[in-house]
Amino acid sequence: MKSKKDKLDDLAAASAGRSLSGEAFRRMARSPVAITGAVITGLFVLLAIFAPLIAPKDPYERSMQGSVQLGKGIIPGPMPGYPLGVDDFGRDLLSRLLVGAQQTLVVGVMATLIGLAAGILIGGTAGAVGGWVDTVLMRFVDVLLSVPSLLLAISVAALAAKPNQWTVIIAVSIVTVPVFARLLRGAMLAQRSSDHVLAATSLGVKRRTIVLRHMLPNALGPVIVQATLTLATSIIEAASLSFLGLGDPDPSRAEWGLMLGNASSKFLDIRPELAYYPAIAIIIVALGFTLLGESMREALDPKNRR
Amino acid sequence: MLRFIVRRLLQAIPTLLILSILVFAWLRLLPGGPAGALLGDKATPEKIADLNRVLGLDQPIFVQYFKFLGRILTGDFGSSLASGQPVLSEIGFALPATIELSVGALIIAVGLGIPFGYLAARFRAGILDNAVIIVTLVGVAVPVFFLGYFLQDNFAELLGLPSSGRQSSGLDATHVTGFAVLDGVLTQEWDAAWDAIEHLILPAIALATIPLAVIVRITRASVLDVLNEDFIRTAQSKGLRQPTIRRRHVLRNALLPVATTIGLQTGLLLGGAVLTEKVFNIRGIGYLLAEGIERRDYPRLQALILLGAVVYVVVNMLVDISYGIIDPRVRVR
Amino acid sequence: MALLEVRDLKVVFQRRGERPFAAVDGVSFDVEPGQTVGLVGESGCGKSVTSLAIMGLLPRRGNKVTGSVSFEGTNLIGLSDKEMRDRRGRDLGMVFQDPLSSLNPVIPIGLQITEVLERHRGMPRKQAKVEAEELLGKVGIPDPNRRLSEYPHQLSGGMRQRALIAIALACRPRLLIADEPTTALDVTIQAQILALLAELVRDTETALVMITHDLGVVAGLCDEVNVLYGGRIVERAERHELFAEPRHPYTHGLLASIPRLDSARGEKLLPIKGSVADNIPWDGGCAFAPRCPNALDVCRSSSPDLEGDERLLRCHNPVTPAVAAGEGTR
Repeated sequence: MKSKKDKLDDLAAASAGRSLSGEAFRRMARSPVAITGAVITGLFVLLAIFAPLIAPKDPYERSMQGSVQLGKGIIPGPMPGYPLGVDDFGRDLLSRLLVGAQQTLVVGVMATLIGLAAGILIGGTAGAVGGWVDTVLMRFVDVLLSVPSLLLAISVAALAAKPNQWTVIIAVSIVTVPVFARLLRGAMLAQRSSDHVLAATSLGVKRRTIVLRHMLPNALGPVIVQATLTLATSIIEAASLSFLGLGDPDPSRAEWGLMLGNASSKFLDIRPELAYYPAIAIIIVALGFTLLGESMREALDPKNRR
Repeated sequence: MLRFIVRRLLQAIPTLLILSILVFAWLRLLPGGPAGALLGDKATPEKIADLNRVLGLDQPIFVQYFKFLGRILTGDFGSSLASGQPVLSEIGFALPATIELSVGALIIAVGLGIPFGYLAARFRAGILDNAVIIVTLVGVAVPVFFLGYFLQDNFAELLGLPSSGRQSSGLDATHVTGFAVLDGVLTQEWDAAWDAIEHLILPAIALATIPLAVIVRITRASVLDVLNEDFIRTAQSKGLRQPTIRRRHVLRNALLPVATTIGLQTGLLLGGAVLTEKVFNIRGIGYLLAEGIERRDYPRLQALILLGAVVYVVVNMLVDISYGIIDPRVRVR
Repeated sequence: MALLEVRDLKVVFQRRGERPFAAVDGVSFDVEPGQTVGLVGESGCGKSVTSLAIMGLLPRRGNKVTGSVSFEGTNLIGLSDKEMRDRRGRDLGMVFQDPLSSLNPVIPIGLQITEVLERHRGMPRKQAKVEAEELLGKVGIPDPNRRLSEYPHQLSGGMRQRALIAIALACRPRLLIADEPTTALDVTIQAQILALLAELVRDTETALVMITHDLGVVAGLCDEVNVLYGGRIVERAERHELFAEPRHPYTHGLLASIPRLDSARGEKLLPIKGSVADNIPWDGGCAFAPRCPNALDVCRSSSPDLEGDERLLRCHNPVTPAVAAGEGTR
């Protein structure tokens, strides 16, 4: 718990006074790792946006249900019109994978945004106000950090009488709240004692203006890095919740985590591709976000400035 | 040193107290409240009202909390809805399997993580380094449960390893401690011990991937940091032999952050164990948890969440204390 | 034959995708036993790189060292790692700038001294401990026995530097290189450390190469001073001569930019314009020309040579003694 905290504080402090500057951006543009991450992420986002247009078939239409015989262990593989075969309900797997990009992005982005918003609110308040408010909020955040993340997500998701897409998103996002809160507070604290904020204070600039114009923007670098990395972990964590039966109980929804969780426990010996394709998709996308986030972190790291 | 340990122990108390408040609140956030959770599917408004009186849920909230606190401090977590047994004995029964699995995973993660991380740093930007970086990046991107099924499906047969459970059914191993491997060794039933180890291999690999990836990366980064330190240059200027420099100056310093990481990852193993045990059908804590989720067995879930958090807090405390022992700078602070 | 003869030492850094950069560009000097030689200049002038090259401590990749560093007749450049390792700590000792970061934080001071003794003098641990205690006493650390088991963070800045000196001198090396040994210390401690170095060097006949940007250090300690600029020696003189009569405009500027108590009130300090970042390579002109008040046309077209017998000077248009006397030493 201590070192997780310290690491976040370090990250925050390391980039205090530095935003995603042009210099960091230029350094990223030269790094093959950053480019790979950006390309994967870019393609994924494009795919997610245009998936319904590209998908050759309706991902929800059980067009081949007749040829699926689960009792005999038969789920048809690739055939004309169905390049990757069909799933256990006779739906076109390719179309489901394509449209799944959209749903997966929604889960990842929404979970990250909710966590980010709550984290900024808590951490920003603690960092800007200080005093007992800071102590109380951070104590609370530390306790949340002291629960293993999957366990925290499980306990939140288990609260829902009827799980659905949103309970998963909220469960996954709550795990990220303490991380963002710590990060933002650390950055704000480092900012508060930094020279340019002292300068602004001594010039009589209003407190609100200082916080909004001088402190927040400079604290954003590490937050953006963390958000990018969180996108990856959120998608994986959502898949784990689906696997544990805490996901959307509607098995028709095309979301990679759901497809993977469903197929890997039931159909691996019949048609492993049903699990492998969404798994590969998740791995690639998570890798893309991780590469992008890590290279941003590296570009922002003052140790690498020469 | 003793004062440092005592202080660190005292620091954990408020965390644990707040944690108990959160779990207490969690129980009240459940659909139908604690009574509804206890009754499960059988809940009707009348039954809930009855049970509320019996449980003292009509009393003031802080009275309820202190009663709750008193109960969990004496180890009374109620009875599982699924099995009807006291939750605590369920946990006691399942714990050895999870500990065994976690130890196996840790041995893999630490045993491979530190050497590979060190070698990657030493031969920075070489083939091994690049391979290690790629493997660790992919390692954290693979969902644990998928990896479990993947190993089960593709490697169990290939390597002749069992893919489910803790022991083969034909063996009638003597039950002493509940730790299958340890029991086999204690009773000198070597075939039983070996059988238990074989059962552990695949799930331990699956559970080890994420900690392994993290430990490799931290070790690598930490060694690189230390290699740039001034005191390494001093050591070189003394003309010390390379092995002395590596062991005494590089590793000794580089392993400090790694120790913290190992602690953190140990605390996190329970999360992965939920997934791994479900995949490999190992009746440990994670299995209890997964089953508890399926059956909405709230008394069991409550106990397990509290247990998981307490283990994590305690492990971190131990890490801090051991840090104080290996790093002289922490002690005097 | 001098103890240390550096001849035409060149260190070229070559990073991938960048133009090679000569941090040290043909430096030659001698050090006699018991002599103290100063290498002086602003940061980036190549003085530290010179010392690391002598010690063989430059990073393995990304640089090329040419020329010769002859120590007691053996050229250190081109020695194998193992041969160099045998000499470092035994024949050549080094003291670094920041004593805190230069000591290993997680092992006791005692072990950091005894490990050199064990390595080079083959002492068993017990005997090395006794010796280490004696060494700590010799460098002026009170209660040395207790300090042996303490860690660097438990010592004050001056103590740490004393410990570092004890380490460097543990095997009685014939050459000690001190790279800005007082820069990280308080002024009062600086004087103590310098006095200690001077005393130890005098008592043991150790040769000392003193690397500093601080002319005050030079004035108190060095027999001979080399002023470096842009990787080359621009002026060399015996200490008193250099202070009395700086000939190179750079040396002159360095002396003139130090505030003096005895100068007239209201008189301006004369800083050197610009900084080392303005550096241009030596080929095709004097590297100091862009910052030089005396620069002539010839300074920008041809690179001056290092000339002279006892005193060496690399300048087309040196400061005349009269001007120097008028401004530099008033």
